[in-house]
Amino acid sequence: MTCDMSTTFTEQTEWMLKVRDARDRAAFAKLFDHFAPRLRGMLMKNGFGAAQADDVIQDVMLSVWRKAHSFNPERANVSGWIFQIARNRQIDVIRKDRRPMPEELAMPESTDIDGEQVLGIEQEAASLRAAISRLNPEQRDLVQKAYLGELSHSEIQAETGLPLGTIKSRIRLGLERLRHELKGER
Amino acid sequence: MTDIAHHIPEALLASYVSGTLAQPFALVVAAHVSICEECRANLAAHEAVGGALLDAFDPISITDDLRNRVMAGLDDDIVPEPVRPRGDNTYPTPVLEALGSKPPKWRSLGPGAKQCILNAGKDGSVRLLYIAPGFAVPDHTHGGLELTLVLQGAFKDETGRFARGDLEVADDTLEHTPVAEEGLPCICLAATDAPLKFSAFVPRLLQPLFRI
Repeated sequence: MTCDMSTTFTEQTEWMLKVRDARDRAAFAKLFDHFAPRLRGMLMKNGFGAAQADDVIQDVMLSVWRKAHSFNPERANVSGWIFQIARNRQIDVIRKDRRPMPEELAMPESTDIDGEQVLGIEQEAASLRAAISRLNPEQRDLVQKAYLGELSHSEIQAETGLPLGTIKSRIRLGLERLRHELKGER
Repeated sequence: MTDIAHHIPEALLASYVSGTLAQPFALVVAAHVSICEECRANLAAHEAVGGALLDAFDPISITDDLRNRVMAGLDDDIVPEPVRPRGDNTYPTPVLEALGSKPPKWRSLGPGAKQCILNAGKDGSVRLLYIAPGFAVPDHTHGGLELTLVLQGAFKDETGRFARGDLEVADDTLEHTPVAEEGLPCICLAATDAPLKFSAFVPRLLQPLFRI
């Protein structure tokens, strides 16, 4: 990885890589200050009480520290990765059972980063955020409900107002790239 | 692994990501994603949507107490996570975990068919099905959604051909008779949200005999 390339990543990616590769506590504190208040917003929306939300935030952020080795910016952006950890933790708390997980792909042996791929993932994430912010309030509410576990599978399937296709079209290129990369690793 | 033709529909992936998908179906999704790059990439896209939603939440302030607790937790010893079994040519990792890494205990379902129930609860059941070449999948109810993922061999029905990695999504509108192809026995991972009732299931299989 060249320095020029790394300086163009988002702050969140930079912090996460410092946590992963250098166990950098200052970088972790920055990640905490960025994500913990948003996680709290998400958990409150999900109906968690303050104390329960705090417990989940603590577990999630410590998982970010402990599982940092499995973060791969070529496959996921930081927010999506943390979202997954948070959903898993919420499912544990609510259902007391573990969600079956796919086999993990092996991590690349070197920490060299394909900067172009990382930037691609980040750009797609930015365009996703923009697409979601442009949705009308009802659609946005539906998307939130769908991804925060307030709609069942049959409700998601039946909900014609849910703009899954519109949103997903924002990440079509990124998908192609990711698919290509994954095929190369098998 | 590049010729999987039948993939996971978007609504199922979104429901898996959100965590609302019932355990039996979540196992099928996790198993398919383990062997399908296309759906793995698609799953990552759904997770990215979740990430974008997380980014958009208005931050709510965190107490110093919580922040201090988390920062102090960084010094805790990290307990290594158990090593997950590696998927083999038939059973992907999440299926091996559901089997407890032991070979399936097959129970006969009649001529040419066996099953091994992995999980059955109020929100549905998931089982492995073993169909000998040339035999049909035993008569089964579709209470609602049924997912069938081929892990070995192949079957054909009115809707098409399904080989390793292919996922058939059926609901109560589909009348089909899947028949295993010649060659390897067909092994499938099948999930349904119809409750598993042996009392109803067994007589149903025996029904044709009593009619004779």
